[in-house]
Amino acid sequence: MSKVAYYPGCSGQSTSLEYDRSTRAVCAAVGLELVDVPDWSCCGSSPAHTVNHVLSAALSARNLDLAHSLGVDVLATPCPSCLTNLRNAAVEMEDEGFRGQVNALLDRPYVGRVDPQSVLQVLVEQVGVDEVARRVTRPLTGLRVACYYGCIMNRPPERMRFDDHENPMAMDRLMEAAGAEVALFPLKVECCGASFGVPRGDIVARLSGKLLDAARGLGVDAIVTACPLCQMNLDLRQGQINAALHEHFRIPVFYYTQLLGLALDVPRSELGLDRLCVDPRLALGKIKAPAPVR
Amino acid sequence: MRIGVFICHCGSNIAGTVDVVAVAQAAAKFPEVAYATDTMYACSEPGQEAIVQAVKEHQLDGVVVASCTPRMHEPTFRRTVERAGINRYFFEMANIREHVSWIGKNAERNTVKAIELVRMAVEKLRRNRPLIPKRFDVVKRVLVIGGGVAGIQAALDCADGGQEVVLVEREQSIGGKMAKLDKTFPTIDCSSCVLGPKMVDVGQHPKITLHTLAEIESVSGYVGNFQVTIRKKARFVDWSKCTGCGLCMEKCPSRKAPDPFNEGLCTAPSINIPFPQAIPKKAAINPDTCIMKQKGKCGLCAKICPVKCIDFDQQDELVTVDVGAIVVATGYDLFDWHKYPQYGQGRYPDVITSLQYERLLSASGPTGGHIKRPSDGKEPKTVVFIQCVGSRDRSVDRPYCSGFCCMYTAKQAILTKDHIPDSQSYVFYMDIRSPGKGYDEFTRRAMEEYGAQYVRGRVSMIYPKGDQLVVRGADTLAGTQVEVAADLVVLAVGAEAARGAVTLGEKLRVVPDQYGFFVESHPKLKPVETNTAGVFLAGACQGPKDIPASVGQGSAAAAKVLALLSKDQLESDPQVSRVTPARCVGCGKCVQTCPFGAIKLVEDRFGNPKAEVVETVCQGCGICTVTCPQGAIQLEHFTDNQILAEVNALCPPRIRVNYAS
Repeated sequence: MSKVAYYPGCSGQSTSLEYDRSTRAVCAAVGLELVDVPDWSCCGSSPAHTVNHVLSAALSARNLDLAHSLGVDVLATPCPSCLTNLRNAAVEMEDEGFRGQVNALLDRPYVGRVDPQSVLQVLVEQVGVDEVARRVTRPLTGLRVACYYGCIMNRPPERMRFDDHENPMAMDRLMEAAGAEVALFPLKVECCGASFGVPRGDIVARLSGKLLDAARGLGVDAIVTACPLCQMNLDLRQGQINAALHEHFRIPVFYYTQLLGLALDVPRSELGLDRLCVDPRLALGKIKAPAPVR
Repeated sequence: MRIGVFICHCGSNIAGTVDVVAVAQAAAKFPEVAYATDTMYACSEPGQEAIVQAVKEHQLDGVVVASCTPRMHEPTFRRTVERAGINRYFFEMANIREHVSWIGKNAERNTVKAIELVRMAVEKLRRNRPLIPKRFDVVKRVLVIGGGVAGIQAALDCADGGQEVVLVEREQSIGGKMAKLDKTFPTIDCSSCVLGPKMVDVGQHPKITLHTLAEIESVSGYVGNFQVTIRKKARFVDWSKCTGCGLCMEKCPSRKAPDPFNEGLCTAPSINIPFPQAIPKKAAINPDTCIMKQKGKCGLCAKICPVKCIDFDQQDELVTVDVGAIVVATGYDLFDWHKYPQYGQGRYPDVITSLQYERLLSASGPTGGHIKRPSDGKEPKTVVFIQCVGSRDRSVDRPYCSGFCCMYTAKQAILTKDHIPDSQSYVFYMDIRSPGKGYDEFTRRAMEEYGAQYVRGRVSMIYPKGDQLVVRGADTLAGTQVEVAADLVVLAVGAEAARGAVTLGEKLRVVPDQYGFFVESHPKLKPVETNTAGVFLAGACQGPKDIPASVGQGSAAAAKVLALLSKDQLESDPQVSRVTPARCVGCGKCVQTCPFGAIKLVEDRFGNPKAEVVETVCQGCGICTVTCPQGAIQLEHFTDNQILAEVNALCPPRIRVNYAS
C-alpha cells in the first residue's frame, strides 16, 4: 500500500479530536500508511480566505510544500474545509501569475504537484471498499444509518473531482461494507449552516433541524458524517436546535471513521465515542452481536 | 468578346460606402469590356430590362453584375441574360455588398476592393464556355421518412396531388408523438380524435404504400432519380394474414417489458399492438423479450392465433424503390432529464416526464385517464410542473428553446384542474413563451381561470419527505427561496434531435446542425428545402415545432414535391466535372475522393482505364479537380485557367527589377 501525507487540521486537535484519532486507527487497520506533515500550520480556511486569497493560498502552499518534501503524491485530510482550501490553492497555483504572488510570501517557493484529497477519497480509491469489507470483523448488523456528506465535500464538482456532487455514495458504500443498513438520505449534501454558526444561531437551528427531521423521518439510528463542522452542528448543538424548534431529536452523530473502527475491531479507546454529546449507546445497542463461533 | 458591366447601387446598401460610378468608370477600361454603367437596383424589373437593352444596343456577349451574393440573385440574372439571347453561363457576379459595402466603412478602400472584384469577374468571364444543361426523366414517386403528423400530412398531400407515396416509419404504427398526447393546445381537442382520421386515410389511400417497423438502409442517386433501400425489420408475424384481433396479446405470458407507447409507465406483452388506433393494426413480436425467441420454447401465440400468422423464423427484408423526391419528417426525441442530478436521476418514481403525464391523462393510457401517481396509485392533489428541463440551458448543451413546452405545461395545468378539481398546480418557469394564435390567452387562462401558481425561477433540488416530494426553487420575482410539497412532479422536458438523425442525414446528404437538427436551405426563404436537391424537410426534424407548424411544413414540403414532380424531365446543372481523356492516366484517385460516387473508371477503346463523370450525379464540388495529379479533370465553369485568371487579376504578375533603386 502506498503511503500518503496526513494533514489533521486544527479541528482535529480540538473539537474533533475523536475524528483525528479514529481516522488514524482506521487507516492503520486497513493498512494505509499516514505520514504526518511535519510542522504543519493553518490551512488558511476560515478567516484568511474571506479576506485575502493570496494569503490564504500561501498558508495552504506552505503545508503542500512540507508534504512535497515527504516525497508523496497525495496529501490526505479528514476535514472538508481544509480539503477545499488546500485544493483551491493547489489548483489556482497552476496559474503562473498567481503562483508567483503566493511564492513571494513563502520562505521556500512551492514547486511541487501534491494532490490534496479527503481521507474518504483515499480510503475508497486507494484502499477500496472491497478491501475494507474484507477486513471487517465485527459487522454493524442491525444499525440503520443516514450518511451526511455536507455541502463542500464534493463541491464544486469540477474542482473536487470525487464522487457525485448531488448524490455522493462513497460513505454509503463504506458503511454498507461495515455491515450497517444505509438509508438513502436525500439531504446528504445540504448546508448545515456551519458558516453562520457564530453570528446566526437561528439559521443553524433551522438548517440543521431540517437535516435531523429528514433523518428521523427515515427511521435511522444514527447520522454518519465526514466533516467536523457538520458533526459539531448536528451533535453539540442538537440541544439548542431542540430548544429553538421545540423538538425532541435524540439522534447520535458519528464520524464515519468511528463506526468503521467499530466494524474493524479497533480498540474503543482509539474511537473517542465518549466525546459525542448525544448518547450513542442506544444506537450502538442495535448492533447485533456476531453469532458465536462453534 | 464584348462584355457589359453593371454596378448596382442596391439603394444605399452598396452606394453608401462604395463609389459605384468610379467602379463603373474603372471597369470600362478593363479588357474586352464594351460597356459599363451603374444602376440603382439591378435586380428590379427596370434594372433587368436595362441589361437586356444594353446587350442589344452594344452587341454584348457576356455580362458582369456587381451587386449582392450569387446565392441571392445569380439565377435571376442568368435568366435575364438568357432573355437577351446569351448563353446563361456567360454571366458572372461580383459580390460587392456582403463582401465589401456591408463589412467595410472606408469608402475609398471599399471602392478599390470593389474594382478588384469586378476585374476578377471580368477575367473569369473572358474564359467562360457556353454550357448546355442535359435533361433526364423524373421518377414520379415520393418517399416520406417518418410517420408523425408532419410526415402524415406530407404523404396525404402528395398522394392527393396524384403522386405515388412510399411512407417509411421506424415504429410499429404511424402517429408519432402526437398519437401519445391526450389533448392539444390551445383548443383542448382530443389528439387521437383529430389525428386518427388522418392515420386511417394514410392506411387506406390507394396511392400510399406504408412500411412500418422499417428504416432507411441506403440512398443513392440524385434529384428525380433516387434509389432507396428500405430495411423492413422482422416482426415475426405475417402481416398479410394478421387481422389485429389481439388474442395473442391477451395470452402472451411474457408481459414484463416496459411499454414504449405508454412511456414505460406500464408493461406490454411481447407480442403487441401498441395502441387501439394503431395503423396498421397488426401485431408484432419484440424479439428481445419474447420467450420463444429468447429460450426457444413457448409459442403460445402461434397456437392461439386464429389465422396462423405467427412466423418465428421471419427475417429482415430489404425493399428497393425508385423515387423522384424525398421528404424527411423524422421528428424529435425527448431530452434525457437524467442528466440533471437535482431532479433525482430516477430515484423518485413520482418525478415523471410531460409525455408520461400525457399518458396518465389519456383515456387510452395505463390508468384509463385517471391521474394516479406511479409510486402508490394515489390521486395527486399538488402537482408541480418544472419547465425548461433541457431547454435554454448551456450547462447541458441545450441552449435553444424547445418552443412548445410553455404551451403544453399550461395545457397540463388546466387538465389537472379539470381532472381533480381540488388540486393545485405550481409551474416553475423561466419566461412564458407563447407567440401563436390564441396561445398567450391560453396560458393566461391557466393562471387566471384555473388558478395555476406560476413561479418564476429554477428548481434546485427535489427530495422526498414522507410520501411527498419537496420541490425547492427560487422565486426570482419575490427574491426568495420557495419550497412546495408536491404529490407529483412533472418535468417539461425539451426536444432534441431524433436518435439516428445524424446517421440518416449522412445517407441523405442532409447536414445536421450541432444539435442534430437538419439544416434547411435558407432559414427564411427556403425553410423546407435542403442543400441536396430533391430532399425536403418537414416538422421537428428541422427544429422543435408544435403541431400546427409541423402540419404546415408537411404541406409545404408536399407542395415543393408536387412542383418538382409536375415536370416530366429535369435539367441537370452543367457546372460539373469533365475528364480530358487524353490526359487521364486512370489512377482512380478521383473515384476514391468523390463523395457522391459520381466518377467511375471505364476502359477506352484500347483497354486503358479512364475516369468518367456521371453528369447527373456530379454535384460540382470540385474535390476531384484538386485530387487529379494530371489536371485531367476540370470543373466546368470553374477551370484551373479561370481561377488562375482571377488570381492574376487580383495580384498581377510584375517583372521584378533586380537592382537597387
